Amino acid sequence: MSLATKYPKEVKQILSKYPPEHKRSAVMPLLYLAQREEGYLTKTAMQEVAKIVDITETDVAAIVGFYTLYHDKKEGKYRMQVCTDLPCALRGADQFMENLCANLGIKVGETTEDGLITLEAVMCLAACDKAPVFQTQGPDGIKYHENMTVDRTMELIAALKNAGGEAK
Amino acid sequence: MAHILLRHRDIPDIHRLEVYKKNGGFAAFKNAVTNMKPAEVTDVVKNSGLRGRGGAGFPTGLKWSFIDNKNWPHYVVANADESEPGTFKDREIMEGNPFQFLEGVAIASYAVSANVAYVYLRGEFWQLAEFLDEKIAEMEEAGYLGKNLFGTDYSLKLYTHLGAGAYICGEETALLESIEGKRGQPRVRPPFPPSYGLYGKPTIVNNVETLTNVPLILANGAEWYKNMGTPDSAGVKIFSLSGRVRKPGNYELPFGTTFRELIFTHGGGVQDSRKVKAIMPAGASSSLILVDDEKVLDTPMDYASVRTLGADLGSASVIVVDETVSMDWLVNKTVHFFRHESCGKCTPCREGTYWMSHLTERIHDGRATKADVDLLLIVAKQMQGKCLCALGEFSTMAVVTGIERFRNDFEKVVKA
Ligand SMILES: Cc1cc2nc3c(=O)[nH]c(=O)nc-3n(C[C@H](O)[C@H](O)[C@H](O)COP(=O)(O)O)c2cc1C
Ligand code: SF4
Ligand code: FES
Repeated sequence: MSLATKYPKEVKQILSKYPPEHKRSAVMPLLYLAQREEGYLTKTAMQEVAKIVDITETDVAAIVGFYTLYHDKKEGKYRMQVCTDLPCALRGADQFMENLCANLGIKVGETTEDGLITLEAVMCLAACDKAPVFQTQGPDGIKYHENMTVDRTMELIAALKNAGGEAK
Repeated sequence: MAHILLRHRDIPDIHRLEVYKKNGGFAAFKNAVTNMKPAEVTDVVKNSGLRGRGGAGFPTGLKWSFIDNKNWPHYVVANADESEPGTFKDREIMEGNPFQFLEGVAIASYAVSANVAYVYLRGEFWQLAEFLDEKIAEMEEAGYLGKNLFGTDYSLKLYTHLGAGAYICGEETALLESIEGKRGQPRVRPPFPPSYGLYGKPTIVNNVETLTNVPLILANGAEWYKNMGTPDSAGVKIFSLSGRVRKPGNYELPFGTTFRELIFTHGGGVQDSRKVKAIMPAGASSSLILVDDEKVLDTPMDYASVRTLGADLGSASVIVVDETVSMDWLVNKTVHFFRHESCGKCTPCREGTYWMSHLTERIHDGRATKADVDLLLIVAKQMQGKCLCALGEFSTMAVVTGIERFRNDFEKVVKA
């Protein structure tokens, strides 16, 4: 089903934020909408977004490629984005990441076997006083998890799994 | 002293509209729209000495006075991209005291006769954007946004716009490109946004913290504000304190407070009582201040004084580095950040950050020679003054000052 038929209200609301002659501005919010369910942008979804805002598919692909929160490949259902930038690294982020990798049995950039979690190292998340910190990007949006320990992270992962988190 | 910006720490539930109103909320906006001319509002802000909190410290009222009144419509854009490593103040303002920020956006919009304003949030602030959308809806409901405000012919709409993970979108022209639905790459300037901004129209871009000052400046007057801080840096500033301190966090203090007071009185001192080795006062974009003498810690934190230490105060994101940290490791981290965030539009920055990252990695891994350290310094210096936007310049600051001020740390890890 197409974006416009599936989410007519949302599409209309997004378009209403920008002057009608500048509907290209809606491309970023529409891409978030299109990415919501699958966790990545299919070619069809990008084509459709291009059509709604009246730009070429190449333009849309360039935007998807430029911004790190848009994804054009299927990965884990949740992306776990751990900050390992300087201020967090001064407060143990690299060690946290290492321990997390050991617990999950994967390396940075890899996905757990059940398809639930893709582990990523990211830049500053504006929570440097609450390291270790990561975000989960998934079907329910982007969420912060601050002052984390490996134990609490493993509990969170178990909860995501129980909440029907298993990927198809 | 009661907070001026982080008022949620003194007033519980100030994020609720009726609580904000009870504490004087929206009175300044109403008074401006019903009793003042736009230029008069700008004058108050000009006289207060308020300078931009996004990093550059440009006088806010002066910027507003540059709006081109021959070209319409006008826009106001609040910069809530907050991506500088070590900066986490705008997020706390918006979460804790959202209406004061939004009232600031509204007053700025009236001052430059804009009828539409956008709040550009970094994509990671997804939940915060939803929260602000609710707050904006409450303001519409209560008659603080919308058509014919307070019975005048002034109308204003506010919208949020989410970025999607790109530090460069904090640079104001890249940010405008991003709202226009393009890749966030900086524009060649001039022209500057007050004459050529969003959709090519006159636009004022201000940082969240800058705008959050505005309602209280209008309510209490320019003199009240000017009397805080120092002559060169008026008012209060939120210092985001991070790194090797016992109590990292945001501290709202008058400009001119010393590093010592911030780090020891408020931040609880250095972890494990170690010594401060260096301070980065402006996040990862900072020069490294060498703390070889205790007196350095007594330097007041205002724009002019910090400059005497060979650094800029910038966004006042104070990263504390202790004696156990080696600068070859630190510089490798900052360069890695800038290499990742370079937008690729201009060659010196794209290639320079790439080469610097190769060298910092080699040095940190112990595979380099002394000649590589010299080469790193040359590459960084070659980049300076040649990049299209300040990101390129920022990427060289820790490298150059790291090698020049902490050379031993690099020579220690290279092969003979
Ligand atoms: C690479 C780069 C990143 C920036 N990031 C931010 C940011 O995250 N937030 C911000 O307010 N200003 C940022 N700025 C500064 C803006 O370009 C602009 O000067 C500022 O938003 C103006 O607001 P002000 O006058 O209120 O400070 C950045 C600048 C550069 C060059
Ligand atoms: S200096 Fe870097 S970030 Fe700025 S325009 Fe050039 S490549 Fe892009
Ligand atoms: S460095 Fe990790 S949140 Fe800022």
